Amino acid sequence: MPLTETHELHRRRFGRNVGVALSLVAFCVIVFGLTVAKIRQGSEMEAFDHSVRPSVTVGEEGQ
Amino acid sequence: MSDLTGHTQTAAAPLAPEPEARFGDYVLLLKPRVMSLVVFTALVGLLVAPVPVDPFIGFTSILFIALGGGASGALNMWYDADIDAVMRRTRGRPVPAGRVAPEEALGVGLGLSALSVVMLGLAANWVAAGLLAFTIFFYAVVYTMWLKRRTPQNIVIGGAAGAFPPMIGWAAATGSVSLEAVLMFALIFMWTPPHFWALALFMKSDYHEAKVPMLTVTHGRRETRRQVLIYTLLLVPVSIGLGLTPIGGPVYLAAAIVLNLLFLSGAWAIWRRDEDAAGRDDYAVERRVFRLSLVYLFLHFAALLAEAALRLGGGA
Repeated sequence: MPLTETHELHRRRFGRNVGVALSLVAFCVIVFGLTVAKIRQGSEMEAFDHSVRPSVTVGEEGQ
Repeated sequence: MSDLTGHTQTAAAPLAPEPEARFGDYVLLLKPRVMSLVVFTALVGLLVAPVPVDPFIGFTSILFIALGGGASGALNMWYDADIDAVMRRTRGRPVPAGRVAPEEALGVGLGLSALSVVMLGLAANWVAAGLLAFTIFFYAVVYTMWLKRRTPQNIVIGGAAGAFPPMIGWAAATGSVSLEAVLMFALIFMWTPPHFWALALFMKSDYHEAKVPMLTVTHGRRETRRQVLIYTLLLVPVSIGLGLTPIGGPVYLAAAIVLNLLFLSGAWAIWRRDEDAAGRDDYAVERRVFRLSLVYLFLHFAALLAEAALRLGGGA
């Protein structure tokens, strides 16, 4: 039996599967959008590795 | 909810295929009509808060509040499947109709509850997420499992679950709960009994067969009419009081005064008439008050939104 054969079950559940797929895609988009929104707010972020990080700097000065 | 083929067969003769769940059946588990009220009131709670919210974070917050409300609806359908199967109004729901297995409804409810609470916590804050978790618990456990089948006050107490969304929306924006949020909660909480009992008076429901104690059955229709008036009287100071907080204003107060006069006169008319009079005009007054109650709540929150827009316009 070829693996590509469409079982009757696949046709019957096509709508449900599409719905689940769209829900998962929407969830990924939401998580991505939330990440972008949180990064844009950015008040609690410091910087990338090659920038001075105040919290680390203060810690080192104190030692 | 079905096996691989969706058919159950015996050696003697093939039986009819089990009804199969479509995606829409899982959506129906979330009670989309109730969800629309949740979305609207939570949105107003979020928008009238004195803290600006990033539009996308606001959007996702409302989405997850709605999803949490839907999850509690799925848990309700799982637990109440036996009642729903008895009542005409609800026997077509996915679980009693056999399209979705009770275990599936439970799984959807629990899964979406966890997802919505965690995502709201990550998107907004953990105060809002905690309130959402409590709302789901309150609706699914306190109301559905505990009180609904035990007391005719089930509508009063269960109304609290429907009253939380604007408070959660407010908390999503501010990270706290204040007087304004409490009064928005109280507005829906006090509104629910007269709204629902006005409906119960003209809906010839089969709650009795389902052994759900409704006030119209346990205490009679005369008492129900009295309770409609009492709760409407208690609703008025909450409605006006909300207008005296910083999120209120002249537009809200004007709307609230007119709406309360209309609602009060309707509740008074319900209280004054008896069943004979109601039967003669097919419960015209009760039907009118029920429709009015929907407009009442919608316009209260719309007026709050208008006040927020006016403040924004004035401050810009």
